[in-house]
Amino acid sequence: MDTFNAIIQVLDSTIRLSVPLLLACLAGLYSERAGIFDIGLEGKMLVGAFAGASAAAVFHSALIGLGMAILISVAFALVHGFASITHRGNQIVSGVAINFIAAGSTIILGQAWFQQGGRTPALQPGERFEAINWPGADAMRDVPIIGPIYDELISGHSILVYFAFAMVPITWWVLFRTRFGLRLRAVGENPAAVDTAGISVAWLRYRALICTGILTGVAGAYLSMVQNGGFVKDMTAGKGYIALAALIFAKWKPVNAMFACLLFGFLDAAAIRLQGSPLPIIGKVPVQFMQALPYVLTVILLAGFIGKAIPPRAGGVPYVKER
Amino acid sequence: MSTPYAKLPAWADYGLIPLINLSVAFIVAGFVVLLVGENPLRAAVILVEGAFGKGTGIAFTLFYATTFIFTGLSVAVAAHCSLFNIGTEGQAYIGGLGIALVCLSFDSTLPWWVIFPMAIVAAAAFGALWGLIPAYLQAKRGSHIVITTIMFNFIAASVMVYLLVGALKPAGSQAPQTRNFLAGAELPKLNWIIELFGAKIRSAPLNICFLLALVMAFLVWLLIWRTRLGYEMRTYGHSPKAARYAGISETRIIITAMMISGALAGMMALNPVMGDQHNVAIDFVSGAGYVGIAVALMGRLHPVGIVLAAILFGMLYQGGAELAFEMPAISRDMIVIIQGLVILFAGALEHMFRPYIQTLFASFSPKSVGMQAVKGTGA
Amino acid sequence: MAQAAIELIGINKSFGAVRANRDINLQVARGTIHGIVGENGAGKSTLMSILYGFYQADSGEIHVGGKPASIHTSNDAIALGIGMVHQHFMLVDNFTVLENIILGAETDALLKSSIAKARSELDRLEREYGLEVDPDAVIEELPVGLQQRVEILKALYRGAEILILDEPTGVLTPAEADHLFRILKQLKEQGKTIVLITHKLREIMAITDTVSVMRQGTMVATRVTKETTVGELAELMVGRRVLLRVEKGESEAGAIKLSVKNLTVKDSRGVTMVDNVSFDVRGGEIVGIAGVAGNGQSELLEAISGIRHAVSGEVTLDGKPIDLTGKADPGELRDRGLAHVPEDRHHVGLVLAFEENENSILGYHDDERYLKGPFLNVDAIMADAKEKIEKYDIRPGNPRLRTANFSGGNQQKIVLAREMEQDPGVLIVGQPTRGVDVGAIEFIHKRLIAMRDQGKAVLVVSVELDEIRSLSDRILVMFAGRVVGERGPDATEGELGLLMAGVEHQEAAQ
Repeated sequence: MDTFNAIIQVLDSTIRLSVPLLLACLAGLYSERAGIFDIGLEGKMLVGAFAGASAAAVFHSALIGLGMAILISVAFALVHGFASITHRGNQIVSGVAINFIAAGSTIILGQAWFQQGGRTPALQPGERFEAINWPGADAMRDVPIIGPIYDELISGHSILVYFAFAMVPITWWVLFRTRFGLRLRAVGENPAAVDTAGISVAWLRYRALICTGILTGVAGAYLSMVQNGGFVKDMTAGKGYIALAALIFAKWKPVNAMFACLLFGFLDAAAIRLQGSPLPIIGKVPVQFMQALPYVLTVILLAGFIGKAIPPRAGGVPYVKER
Repeated sequence: MSTPYAKLPAWADYGLIPLINLSVAFIVAGFVVLLVGENPLRAAVILVEGAFGKGTGIAFTLFYATTFIFTGLSVAVAAHCSLFNIGTEGQAYIGGLGIALVCLSFDSTLPWWVIFPMAIVAAAAFGALWGLIPAYLQAKRGSHIVITTIMFNFIAASVMVYLLVGALKPAGSQAPQTRNFLAGAELPKLNWIIELFGAKIRSAPLNICFLLALVMAFLVWLLIWRTRLGYEMRTYGHSPKAARYAGISETRIIITAMMISGALAGMMALNPVMGDQHNVAIDFVSGAGYVGIAVALMGRLHPVGIVLAAILFGMLYQGGAELAFEMPAISRDMIVIIQGLVILFAGALEHMFRPYIQTLFASFSPKSVGMQAVKGTGA
Repeated sequence: MAQAAIELIGINKSFGAVRANRDINLQVARGTIHGIVGENGAGKSTLMSILYGFYQADSGEIHVGGKPASIHTSNDAIALGIGMVHQHFMLVDNFTVLENIILGAETDALLKSSIAKARSELDRLEREYGLEVDPDAVIEELPVGLQQRVEILKALYRGAEILILDEPTGVLTPAEADHLFRILKQLKEQGKTIVLITHKLREIMAITDTVSVMRQGTMVATRVTKETTVGELAELMVGRRVLLRVEKGESEAGAIKLSVKNLTVKDSRGVTMVDNVSFDVRGGEIVGIAGVAGNGQSELLEAISGIRHAVSGEVTLDGKPIDLTGKADPGELRDRGLAHVPEDRHHVGLVLAFEENENSILGYHDDERYLKGPFLNVDAIMADAKEKIEKYDIRPGNPRLRTANFSGGNQQKIVLAREMEQDPGVLIVGQPTRGVDVGAIEFIHKRLIAMRDQGKAVLVVSVELDEIRSLSDRILVMFAGRVVGERGPDATEGELGLLMAGVEHQEAAQ
């Protein structure tokens, strides 16, 4: 029973740790499917986290916090768009730039506004998103097997967790069942076809980036307003890059993205849980090994040893009308 | 078409436009300073005085510049071969491991002038090795080098943490770092050069690596523009198909370019490790690899430009430290913003102001612009 | 003349310093097929792209159906009933036919009803015009002819009354082209107006009612097709009488220099592009390979020059075998006396960002003449480049100038000078005069014949049948990756056309 409880706990933290990855990964999916490489996920998440926690603390409202997180994150996405769509700059370079601007400005502004060494004030109840207990969760708790699964895994998360998982089928539906999705996929494969069909390539890509900004904003809000009761400097700690890795791992498909993020979340949860305690058979696994595993797995995938990841064909190339 | 724009005179292309881009980056940074309630002009004065006002400041500025020359050259060499090496950070970190092994083994027995060459080789070799795997995967398996080098930065960080809290940590110590090196692994300072000009220096870490960096800048120039290998790298960088046609092996040129890039990145570690800290500690690279991207872009991938850009960033780092002291609202992280803005305006938005400049030039002297424009549009 | 479907008045368009269209006037009558001819770079595509809203004119007026129209985007053009079939198809390769057809013309925000509507509409168009295609097929799995049909259907689905086709037969076999022309005639009978852009005069004579000729960005003449001749049009196109045949003596074929036996080449998708091809080229002769683009000629050249690995086959160069299936690379072949002028000079034969002198050693940069140890011998390279500039009359004659700033003809001369001056035993040339001005064509043809007369083996691949017929001592025709016939230089165009269409090949197979 102890093993069972331990597994439930690891799975529970797997879900919690997967959520920011999943949101950022789906965010990246919108922009990369539209033909814009986005290594700026990290930075957009970070400004989202900062804006969310700051606004929530100042206005005493979780919803205002979430709104600000989305707003600022979208603004950064638009800067990325301005450079890489309007001015046809290198998408990777502008992504790197965004990550730096985000890292520096969150610390500078945080320190200037709150004077707590780059932290934002600790969020009070009402300023953060609380866990939602599903009906009957308490009653179910003592039922063996199903009880803990219902109580711990399904119930008791914040609204943003359910939002993240709901975004998986929604993203699939948007991409494959709507006009916007058809055009978005087309612009990532052959922007000239979209242009000659009378659709503005730039506006379409901007809209894709707005979707990206919204989702990275929510991801950031989750970090600072759910997982942690406030903003701490550099709190994304590479999650944007792991999300990027997960996106490649998922071959740019929404449902795969969920599984990739759950896998990477699980590795993280397991690393925390084990903390150097020995495993049966394998023995002691260093924490650093577990931490590096998502990156190693992605490199192995990229090397083509487990299937081939083919990115959208027009990805990374600014659209220039044919001469 | 290779360039959608007509030609500008070289001085405008290599001088005026980078200058405008840089100015815009600083103006935007000025707004951030305003936003935190400080006077940007006063901040600028403090920054420049902090960097160049006193001998010690100059020495620190050049010390930081040394680091950035290495990482800037590293990014540039790869970029000439159209490889975006974001892995400079990790390659420098692993380069530090090579140095640690040499220094820890020999610092009690050999003098610095024997250890230094060994450390250079070790740092270069370890950095090159860390660049080799992403290069091999790009060349042989088509794995996107931007993504693999990012992944390798994280893997490098994990490896180094594992070693620095484990095998490399002296018994009984709590700090995640190697023991301090003995005198044999300390590099001579160069502060006397600045003192020749009459300035006083209290203590500054400017060391012989600065000269090494300048030598490497010259060698990179020689490599890129005057050797067969450089010619092949540039050919591949402009057109992989033309390189194939010319009988240049894709695998060989990618791997060679990335190993040279990795070696330069690895050599960066010499400066802080042997010139200043005298140990290898967790996160000693602290973003210098990423600064290399900004430096290379700003220097337009040319060694002379890179040296100048590195000195500018050295100034920002040193002046930024002074600034943080004078204006508590502004920490050194201001540099990170400036760095991001420079990458944005000198890199991604490089061409934003070009059309305006061209219009301006055209209105002064129509002859200088467009006469050599590309012929043969339409079809 | 019937009422004008389209009228263009005083259209001007520049790209930087290049004036692609100057003061163009054009009228196209409703229900006719109007041809626009001109050499590559004459400004035809630019003009039509302006009409389709892809580019904006710098000045000028457009009238559609007698009313002034302002066309700012392709959307405006589509709304006015203008459709365009581009030279490079504007299709999303991994979408289905239906998805491509509805893209940009969806009825509402969800796809379900759009797809249902498109399915029934497509059915109607198929019946009305005989344009059959499987609506659920994925584009990249369709042959080129069918992909083009999807492009036409796309335009018709959007209610196009005016259809612009840009070089539609470039990728088609003669049989497919004939089929296309039948479709176009049928569309005309249904009252559609068609504008056909081409540089092939034969097509103009075969199908159009009226024809306009463009030269260097200007509209030089408009004629009723029945009242003009190929000769007159050709003269109008180039501005002076065309050199149809290069002067050349009898070939004195010597020993076999290049021998290809059972060569098979696959492309990156694993599709067989060159299928068991065998032929010889002797010293002192020019062998021309004719064929519609995409029938394996490009892959054949790439394999022989070592750029692309062959799957199997035996090749000998000067009597000595060479392994093209993985070991040989272009550098080694070059060392053994094989020079190659590639089809694509912009991305393969030259590095456009390089200075002229740097390109004049591309591929020979490991030659001792140009090196001092590991270093480039800059003085030697420069002297060498100047010599070639002189000898091949490359203009402007500045070896420090960026290669992108040379015209197409001069760029081609840079490549030819480099390859010919190495004194190779075998020279292979892909599309020797593509995108090259008339003056340079003559120069290049004479040079190739001079190479032949020096006893070199020359292999020329070109999609221009006239060029092949005028240069070659022997003509091989490729179809679907095979050599389907060999003819002498006096073979008629019709005879070669049938071979290029694979007619005999298919009969033989049955």
